[in-house]
Amino acid sequence: MQGLERIVLDQPFFAGLGPEFGAAISGCARNLRFAAGDYLFREGEPANEFYLLRQGSVALELHSPGQQPLVVATLREGDILDGSWLVPPYRWTFDARSSELVRVLGVDARCLREKCEADHDLGYELMKRFAGAMGERLRAMRLQVADVYGPRRS
Amino acid sequence: MFTGHDAPEAWNDGQAPSPDSLLPLPVRVGRVRRETADVATLELRPASAFAFAEGQFNMLYMFGLGEVAISISGDPAEEGRIVHTVRAVGAVSSAITRLRRNQVIGVRGPYGSYWPVAESEGSDILIVAGGLGLAPLRPVIYHVLAHRERYGRVVVLYGTRSPADILYGGELEAWRRRLDLDITVTVDHAAADWRGNVGVVPAMIPRVPVDPGHAVAMVCGPEIMIRFTVDALRQRGLAEDRIFVSMERNMKCAIGLCGHCQFGPAFICRDGPVFRYDRIASVFSIREI
Repeated sequence: MQGLERIVLDQPFFAGLGPEFGAAISGCARNLRFAAGDYLFREGEPANEFYLLRQGSVALELHSPGQQPLVVATLREGDILDGSWLVPPYRWTFDARSSELVRVLGVDARCLREKCEADHDLGYELMKRFAGAMGERLRAMRLQVADVYGPRRS
Repeated sequence: MFTGHDAPEAWNDGQAPSPDSLLPLPVRVGRVRRETADVATLELRPASAFAFAEGQFNMLYMFGLGEVAISISGDPAEEGRIVHTVRAVGAVSSAITRLRRNQVIGVRGPYGSYWPVAESEGSDILIVAGGLGLAPLRPVIYHVLAHRERYGRVVVLYGTRSPADILYGGELEAWRRRLDLDITVTVDHAAADWRGNVGVVPAMIPRVPVDPGHAVAMVCGPEIMIRFTVDALRQRGLAEDRIFVSMERNMKCAIGLCGHCQFGPAFICRDGPVFRYDRIASVFSIREI
């Protein structure tokens, strides 16, 4: 098994994935490093690559003109950064800024989408995993929006 | 199996409470510390030694205004002072947060059940606090740190609204420097200069470094947060009899007579506020209660 394929299959997000799928994903993957403060992507940019965080932490930010960006989530080792690469219009919906030295697995989105179209088993497997991760993130966001620590509603 | 703690026998034996238990004693205010814009921590100086167990509460009486139930947030090893952390919510609590040194407040208590700090010896300890819920858990942290060798891994997860709403900031910083305590503070939202975590407490449960089979979780915060946290703890593999929660309702008499704080078959003031989760699981999600 090649080094990158091993790295892919070692990620919690890909736990239990068959070796043939691991090979398909690693064929589109590369290791990347970002210094503290670097932006991995910005809102509105094409989501040409999806990222799986291997080390460090990343702040997902919402920007607003004339104000400091608002951090809405901190992502850590083992997290995926977003699912925007998977569904049209393939554009990022947040800014992602590294809070410290960050190492990620970057996967070429077009390359992987094409493999998913050609092999629906791979596509379905990935879709299940992303749907689960995005569902968890949505539940967390709902709690944040509920403002449970704020003034009590009567 | 953990049995948990019931409230002291005197309030559970079906006998009428002593008249003294309804009499507030005047206590002078010592130091007052502003924690956040609407939260203050008061040190009260009782005339005689005051003992309490971690998780219990007092009824604080603002003369002429009314009475509120407030958790005790100080160190149980210090008997010369009573510490309360109070958020200005209504007329009484707002007046309490405006108290100054040497003013007098009425105190009766302590009341209620408490966290299972003694029974948890030998276990990993997972303290999960949301917002002001850190206050009734702070005595547990003091106790565990004072007897650190009796416990396995100790993890504190504290979630609050924003960096400006963090309680006990200095203490948290000091605790974070310890090598035998794992503390994570997370906020719901923050400006870009915040170096800590942004996210909700339940989402962090899957990563906490405790052994689910040998851990005891103590959870306090808004009920929504407790509900999601308990779900995450169960998914993580903690048995329901190893999860303890502190519940909150409108407490008036504090001795199980008036019924204001009824929670299914229990009264929060008398049978709680700390409950072993499996004992209230059947009523916990009933919306009408």
